[in-house]
Amino acid sequence: MLFRVFAKDQLINLYDILAVNHIVGPVSKGVDRHGAPLYDFDFIYDFAELQLDYTATIHSLKRFVLPPRETLCTFDLQTDSWQKHVDFNADKPIVYFGLHACDINALNKLDKVLLGNVFPDPYYAAKRKNMFIIGVGCMPQPFCFCKSMGTDSVLHGFDLFLTDLGDSYFVEIHSARAFTFMSSMECREPRHSEHQRFLEVTQERMNRFTCHVDTTDLTKILDLEFQADVWQEWGKKCLSCGTCANVCPTCYCYGIEENVDLSLQHATKTKHLYSCNLIDFAQVAGGHNFRPESHDRLKYRYYHKHRGFVEAFEESLCVGCGRCGQSCLANITVPEVIRSVRGEGGDHA
Amino acid sequence: MHKLPFVDVLAEKQDHSRKQDLESFEYTFQAEITNVYPLTTTEKLYQIQIIDQEERMRFSFKPGQFVMLELPGIGEAPFSISSSPIRHGDIELCIRAVGNMTDFLARVPRGTRVGISGPFGTSFPVEQMQGHDIMLIAGGLGIVPLRAPIFAVLENRNRFGNIDIIYGARNPSELLFTYQYDMWRQFDINLNIIVDTGDADWQGPVGRITTILEQRIAAAPNMGKNTYAIVCGPPVMFKFVCDMLLKAHLPMQQIFVSLERRMHCGRGKCCRCNIGSTYTCLEGPVFDYWSVMNMKEAI
Repeated sequence: MLFRVFAKDQLINLYDILAVNHIVGPVSKGVDRHGAPLYDFDFIYDFAELQLDYTATIHSLKRFVLPPRETLCTFDLQTDSWQKHVDFNADKPIVYFGLHACDINALNKLDKVLLGNVFPDPYYAAKRKNMFIIGVGCMPQPFCFCKSMGTDSVLHGFDLFLTDLGDSYFVEIHSARAFTFMSSMECREPRHSEHQRFLEVTQERMNRFTCHVDTTDLTKILDLEFQADVWQEWGKKCLSCGTCANVCPTCYCYGIEENVDLSLQHATKTKHLYSCNLIDFAQVAGGHNFRPESHDRLKYRYYHKHRGFVEAFEESLCVGCGRCGQSCLANITVPEVIRSVRGEGGDHA
Repeated sequence: MHKLPFVDVLAEKQDHSRKQDLESFEYTFQAEITNVYPLTTTEKLYQIQIIDQEERMRFSFKPGQFVMLELPGIGEAPFSISSSPIRHGDIELCIRAVGNMTDFLARVPRGTRVGISGPFGTSFPVEQMQGHDIMLIAGGLGIVPLRAPIFAVLENRNRFGNIDIIYGARNPSELLFTYQYDMWRQFDINLNIIVDTGDADWQGPVGRITTILEQRIAAAPNMGKNTYAIVCGPPVMFKFVCDMLLKAHLPMQQIFVSLERRMHCGRGKCCRCNIGSTYTCLEGPVFDYWSVMNMKEAI
């Protein structure tokens, strides 16, 4: 990895260099009921819209890489045959300006199952291969537990990563094209004092984490506590609304539906993101539901993220962004659930 | 100003070598329903042939695997292949009209063009089973995924020891493939059919599958290590039958089951088929009994 430093007022130049492309970044979306600012990722048309010092976005990047509804293919129907037309729904490279480490890590985790598995998903690949990612350092919010999940820093899966040193940005360069861009703007190699400053900033950030999750032996504990009563308690609270999956940067499960248009000449096959907390997630034809109760489904969600994915890929499918807990209408948060399953706390009910 | 190039994931020059995999992800074989045989009031056997001759010959599957059957505009769903593997892309699917898509399928005429993708999933280890006694145990619709291994075993009859087929249904009118029993019996096998409740014409035994299995185990007290068993049926049946087989000293890695789950992709993506967190479409639908015990919520 190569490093550079540039003055803060140069940021607009970096933006301008890339502005010929479509740019997605954090923008302000009003305030919540307590008056705190809300942010979300959206297309940016002016540098002034870019809010690089954002706290956290409501949604993850998923809208851009795994759209909530996506047409997978269309059919031309004739009386005795049909033709299928596939479109991967990617037509342009997009610059993602200002992602936190957790969101980049989320993409890396999605890659494992959507690109590296037996059947790589071309719809995801087409979008993923057309990303230019600029990460930015963040300050932990009270609900962030990425440090516990090992996703507080990012080692790959981005082009540039900016860390705020006060009057300048410390830049990690991770791709050839990023290096080319950097060489066309005013920047220099970092001095020793800036190395020090970078480490100080990183350390200061580490010290600011207030939310922790003990993941020691979590896979075993989840197996041991499969029948535990705490799941029932959480199940009583859970509304089975699927909001957690909606905001989660790593939830990728989906459903497929097919529709014929009114002329009966064409049909579409649409994928829509789903949530394992919705009641008919595992219901088969004939009506049998493999997970009929709300606690079954909530438990399954934790099993998939914190046990199954670990078993398959040696890492958890949770990046600790805390979005699910923030959005949950019943105030169910991952740290609390895991603490209760571990038999600690007990203030969950 | 730097314009980023658009990366076409399917372009030749792209070096991520899974181009073919990416292309095949959404590939559907055009196929035709060449024959429909009503088996009972709700189940029909569909003979489906891949239209392109080369594709048909290249399509090869192992007993126990499934395909995704697509009716464009109506839906797509997974079905176990019930025909013999030697017939390649000329497959048979036995389907009960029970939902949106299968109700529609029950009404389509011969000659309808459908889509087939697959085959997906794991299979019964028929090669590994050679030289051993075989027990094939099915309850209700469980005979559907079991029919492919029945064919595979009967077609190579001399490579296997004793073959027992035990099949139970709720009543005689729900028995599937009745026209084939005589043909199966010609292969020197022990075919036992039992129903929960008989009717006026029923001559065979009445009771549970476990009754027959009990008698069978009592008749051969040391079947143990030399026997492979395949069990398909409703979840309740799995538990009782597998427990009895374990008591008869069958090693749990010689007992195989085929599980059923909801699926939307068949490719290990949609998560709908997860048991605990295992993909039934990738690591199943055929599991040995150890995996079943090791997975939460499997049966």
